[in-house]
Formats: sequence, C-alpha cells, structure tokens
Amino acid sequence: MKPTRPNTKLFHETASQTAGPYVHIGLTPHATGIALYDHEAGSRVAGPQTQGERIRVHGVVWDGQGDPVRDVLIEVWQPNAAGHFAGSDTAEADFQGWGRIVSDFDTGEWRLDTIKPGAPEGQAPHLHLWIVARGINTGLHTRMYFPDEPRNADDPVLTMIDVAEHRQTLIAAHLGDGAYRFDISLQGASETVFFDV
Amino acid sequence: MAETMLYPRDWSRQPPADAPDYLSTRARSPKRPLVYLPDRALQTTGPVFNDDDLGENDWDLLTNYAAPGASANGPRILMHGRVLDENARPVPGALIECWQANAGGRYRHVNDTYLAPLDPNFCGCGRTITDDDGAYRFRTVQPGPYPWPNGPNTWRPAHIHFSVCGASFAQRLITQCYFQGDPFIPHCAIVQSIPNADAVDRLTAKLDLDATVPHDMVAYRFDIVLRGRFATYFENRPEGT
Repeated sequence: MKPTRPNTKLFHETASQTAGPYVHIGLTPHATGIALYDHEAGSRVAGPQTQGERIRVHGVVWDGQGDPVRDVLIEVWQPNAAGHFAGSDTAEADFQGWGRIVSDFDTGEWRLDTIKPGAPEGQAPHLHLWIVARGINTGLHTRMYFPDEPRNADDPVLTMIDVAEHRQTLIAAHLGDGAYRFDISLQGASETVFFDV
Repeated sequence: MAETMLYPRDWSRQPPADAPDYLSTRARSPKRPLVYLPDRALQTTGPVFNDDDLGENDWDLLTNYAAPGASANGPRILMHGRVLDENARPVPGALIECWQANAGGRYRHVNDTYLAPLDPNFCGCGRTITDDDGAYRFRTVQPGPYPWPNGPNTWRPAHIHFSVCGASFAQRLITQCYFQGDPFIPHCAIVQSIPNADAVDRLTAKLDLDATVPHDMVAYRFDIVLRGRFATYFENRPEGT
C-alpha cells in the first residue's frame, strides 16, 4: 500500500532521463579508455579486510528481442556478512557495499566480485541491483536472492510475489565454488521483477 | 516509532518505461508494472563519499584532460546549482558525476562516429561532491547538439548528463540537463517522453547572469531535486526548521 498521509512536499523530484549509450564516460571512464581518475567510484565493493564468503556473480541483461544489453551499467548496494551497511560503525572500514558493474562491450557478459551479504531485518540475504542503459528511461531496481537459502521461504518480498515464475526471476543459480549466475530479462516470458522503491 | 519513509516517486512527472517515439525503449521497457516496495534499508542507507576520494581538478572539464596550459575548445560555461530534496532541504555530500559531448557534439567514445572531431583537450567527464548547502559547480564547455539514430533526421538538444548519489540509495538519479532556449528541446523524443511540461522546464538550465564571470564564462543554473522524506510522527517539529 502506498502511504496516503498528507505530505509537505515543496518541490517535485527531478525527472529521470536515460543514461544513454555513453554512460560509461561519466561513471566508469577507465572502461572507455579515459584514464582520468586515480580512484574510480564503485570500483570495489569489499576490500581484503571485509569478512565473509567471497562470491562471484555472472550474468547478462537481455532485451525483448533476445539480444544482450551490451551498454548496460549496473550498481549493487548490499550489507556486509553481518547484515550491516557501509557507513555504520559496525561495518569494516574497507567495505563499501556499493559497486559498479560494466559488461563486456562485445558480449554483454558481466561479473561482480563481492561477499555474500548477511540478512537485514528479518529478510533473506540478497543483493540490490540498479540497472541503467540506453532505452531505459528510469533506472530499474531489482534484487538477487540466493538459491538453497532457507530464509527465502519467509522473506517478505519473495512471499509477496504470488506468481512462482515471477518470483523465480529474482533467484540466482549456483554454479559452485562461490559462483552464481543471475540473468536479467527486461521483457518477455522471463521478465525480471522490478521494484518501485 | 514511525519509520522514516521517502515520498513515493511521482510517476506522473517521470518518463514512462515504454515511450514509443524513443525507439530504444521498445525492447528495453519492462511490460509488467513495478512492484511497490518501500525498502527501508534502501531509503535510509547509501554509499558515502569523501572529498579525499576525488582529485582537486575533477570538477573542471575545461582543464581536467587538457595539456598543461591548454583548455578545451568551445563556449566556456559555469554550470552550477544545488541539490535539494522535496522538502527544500539541501543534500550535502552528494556525489555528482557529469558527462557530455564536446562543443562540436562528439563524445569521446569508440561507438561515436559523428563527423565533428574530437577535442584533444577534452574528455567530457567530471565529478564533484556537494557542499554543506548542497551546492555544486562544474567548469566546462557548452556541448553541441548532434544527430542520433531515432529517425531519418533526429537531433539531440545540447545536454549534459548528470548522475546523483544522494543520502540514500533510493534517491539514486540519472538525468540530463538542457539549455534554456534550445530549439531542439520540443523535437527530442527523449525529452518529450516526460509527460509534464513543468518537469521538462526543470531540466532546462537557465542563464544566470549574476554568476557569469566577466570576460571569462557564461553561467547556467541547474538545481536538482531528490526524493524527500515524510515528516516523522515522533518529532515535535517539522524537519528542517
């Protein structure tokens, strides 16, 4: 349910516009051959001092014609292994909890190196992902859950999605040895569930 | 205790996912409605940025890629403004990243093959962090309009892309800033996908004569508004007073 309380808004949120095909110039310039910044924002989610199981997530974002979205840029936001977010006193100093994922510009394959997140506030562990590209007018929010995770059964978000096929779009496949596969579909029978956060 | 909640996003002022005149949205727009999920963690946490993370020249696109003593080609502008929330409170510590074409309308990108030449002294990206008043500024050149493959003769208005990381990840925003009086604005399918004329006007940077630097730079003002919070019940005064 959306809140119906009267609000005291003075301004309206600025309208979103597509990140366009050249988003990497601005957010990950190194990936486009522009060696400008010593420290690129979002280049490492979890440093060596961060506790937890190291995982690697592989995926492709697919468009409605079955083509990979090669120009995609994804951001991840997640808590540490204890369920605490970066910026809190209880998170490791080198845990940023936030990172940027660039796909291979020829194949659209991307990968994310991070740690398995803990469970925040009675939910099952998950990664929050935000997806932008040419043709996406407003960044798309979704979640990646882990398979074989008993807490999935009681997760308030998974259980609120009635259709099993839709729910399944939020659950990665385990490839073994800390590797997972999470493909995202923008359209079609396997369209991923996206959220209005 | 009441939860801290952001105002729900007002979709009547946002471009729809499927905007038929903007051809790229056709295969990239989800067809099912978004699932409403006011995610408390997402609304109250987000990455934190420090000035130390940035180079001192990152905000100055005129020189951040230029040879020593050189400067980018084109009309020199100061693009500045504030990041506020919907309650008109400044958002300090926000990371703003921008990227743009050069003065001829060409991006420094392998996939951009437009006729206009690259400028060896301009890469087209910069970044800064808002100060305690939510203020930011970039020095740059006014980008040129350029043709894009959305029809037989379609041109983007001059624009600068803005990415904003505010106080929480649920405020995350990417947008584009246009220039007051640009005749391409009413003809652009990306701009016109926004269904609200006032929302389009708010994306248009205004000439700011007072901030113009004599004999140096024309100034434009572009304020950015991120989602704001409901006042919480347990407080005995409204936030921000």
